Amino acid sequence: MEIIVAKAYIFILAIILGFELINKVPSLLHTPLMSATNAIHGIVVVGACIVALNADTTILKVISFLAVFVGTLNVVGGYVVTDRMLQKFKKDGKEK
Amino acid sequence: MIDSLRELGYLISAFLFILGIKYMGNPVTSIRGNIISAAGMFIAIISTFLQGKANFNNLWFIILAILSGSFVGTYLARVVKFTEMPQMVSFFNGMGGLTIVLISIIEFLHRKTVDKIFTISAGFSGIIGAISFVGSMLAMAKLWGILEKSYRSNFIRVFNSILLILIVLFFGILIFEGSYGWLILVIILGGILGFSGVFPIGGADMPVIIALLNAFTGLAASIAGFAINNNAMIVSGTLVGASGTILTILMAKAMNRSVLGVILGGFGGVDTTSQTQKGNIQEITVQDAAILLSYSRKVIIVPGYGMAVSGAQNEVHELEELLEKKGVEVKYAIHPVAGRMPGHMNVLLAEAKVDYSKLYEMEYINPEFKNTDVVLVVGANDIVNPAAKNNPNSPLYGMPILEVDQAQNIIFMKRSLRPGFAGVENELFFNPKTRMLFGDAKETLKKLINEIKNI
Repeated sequence: MEIIVAKAYIFILAIILGFELINKVPSLLHTPLMSATNAIHGIVVVGACIVALNADTTILKVISFLAVFVGTLNVVGGYVVTDRMLQKFKKDGKEK
Repeated sequence: MIDSLRELGYLISAFLFILGIKYMGNPVTSIRGNIISAAGMFIAIISTFLQGKANFNNLWFIILAILSGSFVGTYLARVVKFTEMPQMVSFFNGMGGLTIVLISIIEFLHRKTVDKIFTISAGFSGIIGAISFVGSMLAMAKLWGILEKSYRSNFIRVFNSILLILIVLFFGILIFEGSYGWLILVIILGGILGFSGVFPIGGADMPVIIALLNAFTGLAASIAGFAINNNAMIVSGTLVGASGTILTILMAKAMNRSVLGVILGGFGGVDTTSQTQKGNIQEITVQDAAILLSYSRKVIIVPGYGMAVSGAQNEVHELEELLEKKGVEVKYAIHPVAGRMPGHMNVLLAEAKVDYSKLYEMEYINPEFKNTDVVLVVGANDIVNPAAKNNPNSPLYGMPILEVDQAQNIIFMKRSLRPGFAGVENELFFNPKTRMLFGDAKETLKKLINEIKNI
């Protein structure tokens, strides 16, 4: 029970922090920011790795291989797409 | 010891994610922000393998999955066209949702005994993950033009309500029974809800939906973190869930829509009053358009999705330079939601090396339209539809628009008279000041540029 309370602390504080972080963001950054946060929830790949480490039957191994694979897609694809979007803005800055 | 090291790694990665998101909010530091957050992710993944009591027999296939996932992910993200980026984001978001579904299934199968806290968190994250997965895939399809229309009907609404009640009911049973079958059932129902929830919503609202599903995936990741007792997932998932929610609200606000209104399918509805308005459409030839533009003092270009689709940004830039050489003042009017995503037009025009200082946001450019000789609308529609201001029956009513109807002349470059994404007729087409220039944006612009060169 204590563990859950400790985790609830983290949960609540992260909610408040998440709300505060994204205030007054110019609308041209909305899409890159969405893409960036999309990449961050790719953290699920960590969970996929953990369950994959513990997988002990063939069926579990197959599903967890798939989980790690699609989780990695989320992470890597998310970051690369975000970077591509932002590289365009870099050109903006130079010309300004 | 090794477990504390792992938690320390997670702590560092959480710090880097927070810093990364903070930096992402500013155009100057945004690239750095993304790299910092990617570094945080790298640390989190490496730290995960600092496990005191795990056996590493499965490490080979995990590494294989990570390598192949990285390869495919990089490939997809690199080959995708700039116009298709929103679809790609939606796809990757869906993959995150699918991962969560799989995690909750695997962990449920793996555990010999399940307690209530585990059942609640595994079930809940599984449902949300399934909604996010299926919803994102459908949103992606809609952006690709499959099932793009809005299908609002009371049947779907009733269906969704019943589905939601069933999910809550079966989730309750799952918590008490703690059996595998109920988990699979609620996950499947969650997937169906993801489909039937996004199905009635029109393509124009997809940016808001993708942002919302992104927040969903974040929340699901966080709750899955509770299920498998992983702090990195709790912190990062919650950060995304919360910041994604704010982002969704900001994006909806930019389109003057409420998030709830979007979810309930309030857009592109069955309004017929605005569709019955007809009148005479006046076309203009490329030659006449060239003369009109060349002899103007001031031209404002309004880019929209049509420009993105035909990839005409380079031609738009060429036209702008050509007109400037002839002494015409050229500006760009950027509507906050032009295209399919906020910032879409900025990205495309930046790619064509258009001077950033020529791009004007809606609030700054609107007062200038009445002193403008010609407005050239390149494949935009809903964002210039005056019905948003003066037709309370229109589904667009209340959305801030670029007031191009104030200008002396309006040249509309469009493929056809087809209504915009909202499915609403544009009365501006019938305005006596409007001339239509039909055809693919890129082709027509090329012809236009040639004509102007010959003048």
